[in-house]
Amino acid sequence: MPRQTFILNGKNITVDVHDDVRVLWVLRDLLGVTGPKYGCGINVCKACTSHINGLAFNPCSVRVGDLTADDEVTTIEGLPATVGKELHPMQQAWLDRDVPQCGYCQPGQIMAAVALVRKVRRVGRSVTEADLDGIRNICRCGTYTRIREAIKQGERHM
Amino acid sequence: MNAHDRSPDPAHEEDAAPPSVRRRSFLGYVIGGATLVAAADLTLADGAVAAIPTAPQPAEAYDLNDMLTDSCRPTANLITVTVHDDGTASFALPRLEVGQGITTSTAMLIAEELELPVSKVRVTLAPARPELLFNQLTGGSNTTISTYTPIRVAAAAAKGALLEAAAIQLGDTAENLRARNGVVHAPGGSSVTYAELATRAASPVTRAVRVELKDTSEFRVIGVGQSRVDARDAVMGRKDFTTDLQVKGALPTMVCRAPTLNGTPERLRNRAEILRMPGVRNVAKVDTGIAVRADTFGQCIDAIRAMKVDWKDGPVAGLGDADIVASLRAAQAALPAPPDNPLAETIDTEVLFYFRSNSAMDTNSAIADVRKDRATIWSGLKSPITAQQRIAEALGMSQDRVKVNVVTGGGSFGRRLFFDGALEAAKISQAMGKPVKLMWHRADDARVGRGHPMSTSRIRVTHANGEVLAFQQSHTSVETDFRHGLGEIISAMAADLPAGYGNLGYAETIFALTQEVPYDFGVVAQTLTETDDRFNTGSMRNIYSPDVRCAGELVVDQLAAAMGQDAYEFRRKFLRNDRVLAVLDKVAEVGDWGRPMPKGTAQGIAIHKEYKGASACLVEIDCRPRVVDRDIRDGVGGPRVTKVTYAIDAGLVVNPRGLEAQMQGGINDGIALALTSSLHLRDGHFLEASWDNYFYTRQWNTPPEVQVVLLPSDSGQPGGAGEAGVAATFAAVACAYARATGTVPTYFPINHRDPLQFKPKPVIPPIPQSPVNGLKLTY
Repeated sequence: MPRQTFILNGKNITVDVHDDVRVLWVLRDLLGVTGPKYGCGINVCKACTSHINGLAFNPCSVRVGDLTADDEVTTIEGLPATVGKELHPMQQAWLDRDVPQCGYCQPGQIMAAVALVRKVRRVGRSVTEADLDGIRNICRCGTYTRIREAIKQGERHM
Repeated sequence: MNAHDRSPDPAHEEDAAPPSVRRRSFLGYVIGGATLVAAADLTLADGAVAAIPTAPQPAEAYDLNDMLTDSCRPTANLITVTVHDDGTASFALPRLEVGQGITTSTAMLIAEELELPVSKVRVTLAPARPELLFNQLTGGSNTTISTYTPIRVAAAAAKGALLEAAAIQLGDTAENLRARNGVVHAPGGSSVTYAELATRAASPVTRAVRVELKDTSEFRVIGVGQSRVDARDAVMGRKDFTTDLQVKGALPTMVCRAPTLNGTPERLRNRAEILRMPGVRNVAKVDTGIAVRADTFGQCIDAIRAMKVDWKDGPVAGLGDADIVASLRAAQAALPAPPDNPLAETIDTEVLFYFRSNSAMDTNSAIADVRKDRATIWSGLKSPITAQQRIAEALGMSQDRVKVNVVTGGGSFGRRLFFDGALEAAKISQAMGKPVKLMWHRADDARVGRGHPMSTSRIRVTHANGEVLAFQQSHTSVETDFRHGLGEIISAMAADLPAGYGNLGYAETIFALTQEVPYDFGVVAQTLTETDDRFNTGSMRNIYSPDVRCAGELVVDQLAAAMGQDAYEFRRKFLRNDRVLAVLDKVAEVGDWGRPMPKGTAQGIAIHKEYKGASACLVEIDCRPRVVDRDIRDGVGGPRVTKVTYAIDAGLVVNPRGLEAQMQGGINDGIALALTSSLHLRDGHFLEASWDNYFYTRQWNTPPEVQVVLLPSDSGQPGGAGEAGVAATFAAVACAYARATGTVPTYFPINHRDPLQFKPKPVIPPIPQSPVNGLKLTY
C-alpha cells in the first residue's frame, strides 16, 4: 500500500493508504482528526473546510495521493497554533458572538472566514457585504446573522 | 427530614410567605451514597403548568404515593444532581441537545439554585432510561417547560444538604449561612467550599427533604444572557458528534439504497467483486439496502457505486408531485357551506405546500455494536426509549440487553425524533457480526430521510359589515409520522382517545393542541385530514404551524384588503390576546411599519401564538428583477428578504442570548419555506440529493438586517424557544411577497414550479463520487 506523507497541523505525517482516498477520510477515519466534518462529500456544504498552505480547501475533494510531502494541511485543531495563541482571533470572535448552535458546521465556517479575510487582504481591501453573501458554507441551524457579525469582529483582530 | 414531616400533597404547597418574597416549597431527595446526590421527581410540575395536559402519571409502574410511602428506596425515575469533591456539579439530562441550547439553559437552572457558577456545572445527556417512561422525549419545544421546576428542586435539595454539612463544619445553623459561587459563608466571616463539603454532605440513606425555590425576583443567573456551554468545544473542533466517536472495531459503514423511494433490495449480483475492493471488509443485505463496511467512508462510497443490485420497487414508483397533489385533493374534506346571509361575502383560498426536508448537517448516523446476547448503540436520539424498544425487537433481544447512549446531534429540526440510523446500524451490525459506524450519505439523507409532508390548507372566511362571521380552515396532509411515540404533552390526551385511532389520532391530537386562531373571527374551526403513509415523514421544526399559519395570515391580509383596512391595523382590531397584540405593536414600532417602499419591494407582517408564548414578525422583501435574477452559481437567488424585525414573548426566559439565537435560526427556516426549499418528487423518487439541490437559506438569501426583540413577560412560566421563530416568519415573508408582486401565491415555496435550477443526480448509483479537483479551488 502506498505511503502518504504530508504535514498536518505542523507535524510530519505518514499514513499507509491508497492514493485515491480523499483527504477527508484520511483525516477522520485513519488519523482520528475529526474537526473537519462530513456534510456532503462533494465540495458543496463546505463543512470540512480546512487550509492547505494557508489557503482554504475542502479535503473531501482532494486525493491524498495529490498531496506532497511539504504540503501543510491545517485543520481547525491546528488553527490556534498559526497565531501562537490558545484561540485564533476568529475563534474568539465566534465565542464572543456566541455563534454556534449545533456547532457541526462551525469549524468549516471559521476556517472559511479566516481564508476570506486573508484573501481580501491580499488584494488590499476588507470584507464586504458582497463577500459575506458569497460564502457558500451551509449552516442548517441558520446562524448566518451571527456568523456575519463574528467575521467582521474577527477581521478587526486578525 | 423525617417521614412524618411529609405533606399529603408533596408536589407543592404554599408556605407562609416571608414579607417580600413568596416561595413555594417542593419535595426533593438526598440520595444515599458516597458523594452528595440530590434528586427530584421529573414529573414534578408547578401548579401553574396544569393548564397544559400534564404527564400521565405512570401509575402502573410508579406512583408518587408509592414513592412517598417508602422514600428510603431510591426511585428509578428520579433525576439527580451530583456534587463532586472538586466543587463541580453534574447532571445527566434526559433530553437531546441538537443545537437548541438546552444543556446551557439546564446548567443555568442548576447554577441558579445551587449557587454555583455556570462554568462549574456539567450537563451530559442521559442514556435511554426506560423507567422515565414519557419523560425522555425531546419535542414540542417542551424541554424547559417540563424540566424547569424539577431540575431546580434537585439543585435546591443539593444546596440544602451542603448548607447542613457546612453548619457542622462552621459551628452555626444552616439558616444563618449563605451560599455564593460554590462557597458557604458564615456571618462571622468563616467559610467552606463545596469541594470540601461534597462528601461530608453525602447521606448514608436516601431521605426526603423539603426545599424552597428562589422567587423570580431573586434570580441572578436565570434571565441573564449566557454563552453556550459547548461553544468553546465547537469552535475548536472538539465537540464530538456520533461519527466523531471512536468505538473499537466500529469501522465506517454505508448503505446502497434503491433507485425508488423505499424500494428494497433483492440481490447483490457482484458481491465477490465488491469484497475484493480496497479497504472493503464486509457486505450485508438488510431490509433498507446493501450495507458495506470498510476502512474509510471513501471506500464505502466506491463500493456502493460499484454495486450491481436487483431492487424491488418502492411504493411510489413511477409517481411524481402531480400524482400526490391529486390524491391530496381527493382526500380533502368538504368545507362547510357559507352562512345564509345575503350581505356576507366569502373568500375561499387554497394553498399548496410541497414536500420539504429537515435534513440536518449531521446526517442520520449511529454506532452499533451488536453481540450475541447484547447490544450497545450510540446516536443522537430524541426518543431513546422507543428506539431501545424497537431495536431490541428487531434484534430479538429483551429491552434490557440493549444499551442506548444518547450523543449530541448536529441539528435535528425534528429529524431525530426518529431513530432510522440507529435501527439500521443495529441490523447491519447483527448481520455482519461486527461493530459498525453507520453514516448516511448526504444524497440519501436528502432523498430518503424524513421530511415535512406535502399538504394543502383551505380557508373559507365570511365577513359582513366589517365583521368576520366565520373562519374555517381545513388542512389536508400526507401523513405526518408520529410513531416514535409521544411525550408528556400529548400522552394524557392520547390516552383518552378511543383505541384504534393509531397515528391519525395522534396527529389530530397534536394538530388540535398546537393550532389556534387568536383573532375574533366569529365561528372558528380548524380541522386536519391526513392521508397516504408511503412517505418518510415526521415532525419538522414547528410541525403543522408554519403551513397553517402562512395560509391563515395570507387570508388575514386579504380580509383587511377587502375591508379597506391596513394589514397591521386590521390585526390590532381583531386580535383577542394581549400578548400577541404586544408583540405585534412592538414589531410595527421597531420595524417602522408602513414606511414608504419602492415599487417591487414591500413589507409583510404576521403573528403566531404557540409554545406558551406569542411572536410577531415584520419583514421587508425585494422582488425587483435585478435582485431576483442575481447570478448565483449552483444556487437560487430569487427575492431577497432584506430586513427582519422579530418580537417574541416567550414567557419566563432562562437564557435570552439562546432565545435570540433560536429566533435568528427560525427566521432562516421561515424564509426557506417561503422562497426556496422543497423536494421534487419525480418518477418515484425525490430529485434533491445535495445542498446545491435542496435550497435551504444560504448567505446570499439571509437578511442582511435582523433584529430580535425579546419582550418582558408577565408569565412566570417558561415557554418554548426552539421552534417559535418559524411560523410567523414564513407567514410574514409570504404576505410581503404577495404585496410586493401583487400576486398571492397559491403554492410554496414560490420557486417550486420554476425550471429546475440543478441537474438531478442519478439514482443508480444512488450516491455521487467525491470530486478530485479540490486543489484547483483553493482561496
